[in-house]
Amino acid sequence: MISKEQVKRVADLARLVLTESEMLQQQQDLNQILDAADRLKSVNTTDIEPTAHAIPLTNVTRDDLVVEGLSKNDAVKNGPEVTKGYFKVPQIME
Amino acid sequence: MELYQYTARQLQQCLSDNEVTSEMIVNSFLAQIERVEQEIGAFITVTADQALEAAKESDIRRRRNELVSPWDGIPIAVKDNMSTKGIKTTCGSKILANYVPPYDGTVIRKLKAAGLPLLGKTNLDEFAMGSSTENSAFAKTCNPVNWAKVPGGSSGGSAAAVAGYEAPWSLGSDTGGSIRQPASFCGLIGLKPTYGLVSRYGLVAYASSFDQIGPLGRSVEDVADLMNIISGYDQLDSTSVNRDCPNYAAALTGDIKGLRIGLPKEYFAQGLNDAVKAAIMAAVDKLVAAGAVVEEVSLPMTEYAIETYYLITSAEASSNLARYDGVRYGLRVADEDSITMFKSTRSAGFGPEVKRRIMLGTYALSTGYYDAYYKKAQQVRTLMRREFAEAFAKVDILITPTTPTTAFGFGEKKNSLEMYLSDIYTVTVNLAGVPALSMPVGKDQEHLPIGMQLIGQHFAEEALLNTAYTLEQVKLKEGCVHE
Repeated sequence: MISKEQVKRVADLARLVLTESEMLQQQQDLNQILDAADRLKSVNTTDIEPTAHAIPLTNVTRDDLVVEGLSKNDAVKNGPEVTKGYFKVPQIME
Repeated sequence: MELYQYTARQLQQCLSDNEVTSEMIVNSFLAQIERVEQEIGAFITVTADQALEAAKESDIRRRRNELVSPWDGIPIAVKDNMSTKGIKTTCGSKILANYVPPYDGTVIRKLKAAGLPLLGKTNLDEFAMGSSTENSAFAKTCNPVNWAKVPGGSSGGSAAAVAGYEAPWSLGSDTGGSIRQPASFCGLIGLKPTYGLVSRYGLVAYASSFDQIGPLGRSVEDVADLMNIISGYDQLDSTSVNRDCPNYAAALTGDIKGLRIGLPKEYFAQGLNDAVKAAIMAAVDKLVAAGAVVEEVSLPMTEYAIETYYLITSAEASSNLARYDGVRYGLRVADEDSITMFKSTRSAGFGPEVKRRIMLGTYALSTGYYDAYYKKAQQVRTLMRREFAEAFAKVDILITPTTPTTAFGFGEKKNSLEMYLSDIYTVTVNLAGVPALSMPVGKDQEHLPIGMQLIGQHFAEEALLNTAYTLEQVKLKEGCVHE
């Protein structure tokens, strides 16, 4: 069982703030899904390599060529707050 | 018959016979959108002006004999999680409500290069997380076959647009069934290609090791043609597989003599609706009559598919969706410091299902739980891949139902786990990265379409398409006899 405290901690890690009712709902849903997921424990996976990708590819590289990229203007165009071509965020240092 | 009722192949014929122009075709679809969109709600954005402009350009090319592809001038609709330069791409989320990508994704670039006018961007469950399109932050999409039913999801808008004759064909994306399940619910053909066959560059990521773009259409030929347009290696997607793509349309011979079909017994067990089962078995009989041989196979790990799928995809989603922080694009909810701003933005921008999966994924990846949940699920995934490989040593394709039931009603699935279980037959395919196709094989008592799923080994799209084509032709012939 996941406690309310754990739900709060996970929300914090995920950068979410949950209302009281969301918290209860999330706790209930997480417990329901994790209960189901606990069934996986009965599967013997000793020495089984975990799958990272369904089609294994290794060392995908390409030549390091200079190509045209996005202009600075286009790159910041969607910024919620942009000043002089930079993304503006709340002050992070005193 | 009106132009909007034609398949892409039929439109292609009319264009090459100079009976119609691309402008006439696009106008026909725009008029149909005007007529039915209020009820169906397939689109988030209709790009009428751009589509007409592209159609006129196509007509000029045709007059000058400068066509850029055999499909030049045939319009298309695209799911709203594929980046379109200068056209809003919302992913059905409030957090991207006003996001206008500064670049085209690779599939969009390929559609443009082939001369296909874009009719619009279709509705979806927020960030493609859902099985009914009810999780969209913007619109309700109805199943054109029966407006009281969901169109399926997450590519519900792409399926509804084609089933409602608002587009001849469309693109969806499939992470755990999001092309096949809506195709099944709306009576269409939908293909989830092999992982790595279609570039994901510009597809907004949900679960990167599962996501794959694919076609939806009303005929197998259309789906094969659309595969020819969108597949192929792309340097911009490091998971793209570098191999030559066949001509998928050329694979449609209608000859399946000797094809070995496997029926995995776990997919015909409890929970499967009787009408669905009967329709699948009747279709299998027709394939046998056409020369296929059938045997029962077993995929015992199927039992753990839903849990494995949700643990891994949620983990990948929690990581992928960390980018929505209110700094570079999308919604920002201003707050005094950065961390609080991130939290306020994300809490206001994401809907309940997205939050649920971010929470589950964050938990499964957190210290102390990583081995028990995430790593364990990845190991089970390996066992599932092996199981598929063993099955494909014995048979060429597997046949299963696409979904346990036909389309359900709005609000019918009361909790998330119940909703997740509607994907039980489709998620294994994405876990193994193999291709699968859904095609209509009949109707139930309520006249709702029943979908059959054909699964192949990696890069076996030609066999899937040809088998579907063979069955489609048999059904067409029967239809002629009965009429």
